Amino acid sequence: MKQTSVGGNKKKLANILSMVVLIIIFIAYMFPFLMVVINSLKQKRDIIKSPFSWLFTIKGLSFDNFVKAFTQMDFLNAFKNSLIVTVSATVLVTLFAAMLAYYVVRHKNWVSKIVFALMVASMIIPFQAIMIPLVNIYGGMLNILNHRLTLIFMHTGFSMAMSVFMFHGFINGNIPIALEEAAYIDGCTHFQTFFKIVFPLLKPIISTMVILNAMAFWNDFLLPSLVLTDKELLTLPLSTYSFYGTYSADYGTIMAGLLLCVVPILILYVVLQKQIINGVVAGAVK
Amino acid sequence: MKSKSNGKDFCIFALPGLFCFVAVVIIPFVYGVYLTLTDWDGVSSVKNFVGLANFVGVGKDSQFWMSLLLTFKYVVFVVVIVNVLAFAIAYLLTRGMKGQNFFRAGFFTPNLIGGIVLGYIWQFVFSRVFVNIGESTGWSLFEVSWLSDPTKAFAALVLVSVWQLSGYMILIYVAGFMGLNEDVMEAASIDGASGWRKMRSIVLPLMMSSVTICLFLTLSRAFMVYDVNLSLTAGAPYGTTEMAAMHVYEKAFTSRQFGLGQAEALILFVIVACISGLQVYLTKKKEVQA
Repeated sequence: MKQTSVGGNKKKLANILSMVVLIIIFIAYMFPFLMVVINSLKQKRDIIKSPFSWLFTIKGLSFDNFVKAFTQMDFLNAFKNSLIVTVSATVLVTLFAAMLAYYVVRHKNWVSKIVFALMVASMIIPFQAIMIPLVNIYGGMLNILNHRLTLIFMHTGFSMAMSVFMFHGFINGNIPIALEEAAYIDGCTHFQTFFKIVFPLLKPIISTMVILNAMAFWNDFLLPSLVLTDKELLTLPLSTYSFYGTYSADYGTIMAGLLLCVVPILILYVVLQKQIINGVVAGAVK
Repeated sequence: MKSKSNGKDFCIFALPGLFCFVAVVIIPFVYGVYLTLTDWDGVSSVKNFVGLANFVGVGKDSQFWMSLLLTFKYVVFVVVIVNVLAFAIAYLLTRGMKGQNFFRAGFFTPNLIGGIVLGYIWQFVFSRVFVNIGESTGWSLFEVSWLSDPTKAFAALVLVSVWQLSGYMILIYVAGFMGLNEDVMEAASIDGASGWRKMRSIVLPLMMSSVTICLFLTLSRAFMVYDVNLSLTAGAPYGTTEMAAMHVYEKAFTSRQFGLGQAEALILFVIVACISGLQVYLTKKKEVQA
């Protein structure tokens, strides 16, 4: 909306003013991150004396905090755990949800109608309304908590409804059935048709769902905290939690640890910024 | 597709996803309803059927109602502030400003990071940085950590949630503003509509679909707040900032009253479902086409 015709000066002033307001708000938004970065390099006494002082004004600037946080958090192991869980669950849910949605769209029978209605309805159930019986069933009865596979399975199940819903909408609107009919005439089985013809066409919605699901899995705390207790299996948010519990007074180490958690996501964000933002918008405006 | 191979298709395509979904969502949900009718403590092998005693118990659990009331208060503050702020920032961002993408991406950053880490970052800010400001400037607002005073700890929780959620809503509002029809705006200007008048009579009605989405998202997220609550205040001081979701968790896994906890979880679920449903119904009615 460019309007420079009438009252150009006034407009200009308003624009400058809004830019200034924006910058101030933006700095306020970034302030906590800035504090973490600055203080992660300081020693405890400097932090308590003055959390503001810039790096070059203090002595004893060091990376000790990072080394300590890295080893104490067992960072590599937690990172590996998070990565395994996130990648496996994302792959599984993408694949299964796409297939299920495809089935529902192409088979207009009562089974698929009930399945779809059930999934849409279930989307309003918050996790907290299920977590107690979930622990009860998988812990008490089946006794399979504390396995990575269990967590992957649960992540897959919990994001299934939303993913199927999104895939359903996309297939319904964007995949012409004529393509599939052509494939059948050429002798493809249903399985081949789906993976060779339909699945590649789903690319836009797949990238949206991968981003949304992967972000949710990577950052989730409540579900993993209920499933995993074994120290070896902890994901990054869980190990941050237990690390904080042990070192909460050791500010420098804590800040370094928090920064370590944030950096991998930020790197990914810088690289995939456009896709992530588009994915989130597409996911919300379904 | 031919109906002959329907069964086989179902097994290949639908069954894997359906199995995960039913095993993780549907069965626990149904079982959870049954659980509210028992007095199970999570350990013993016997579950006694107690009928509706747990729901009577919920009525007597004043802590739960306190936390629910607090959650309501929290939701109102968060939903209003987040949406007003995000709407305003998105408006400023879409006025043909330079660096729009940079700002948008920056504001979204907190959403990439889990609530636990965010809570800890802010805990440091509140307990050390702000206190330090208070000490060096004598500003009484910051002299004592916000997290040690019930009212200020609540305000801190609202502040952090607003900071966390608004970036997401900015994205949606920006998308909404970008989708506004230029012709309509121009027509309004030609008709002599002032800035405020345009905002109220044209922009706002056309933005209602974005508002519906944002209100829904903020409502459901704010009601279920847990991560930030746990890492920022953990209910301290003295359980005065314990939100409903956290209370449910404590009831079940700390005091081991599974049936009671699940009854409270279900009540919370019904409340959230009703309020979100009502909100979507009300704001959808106000949506218009350009």
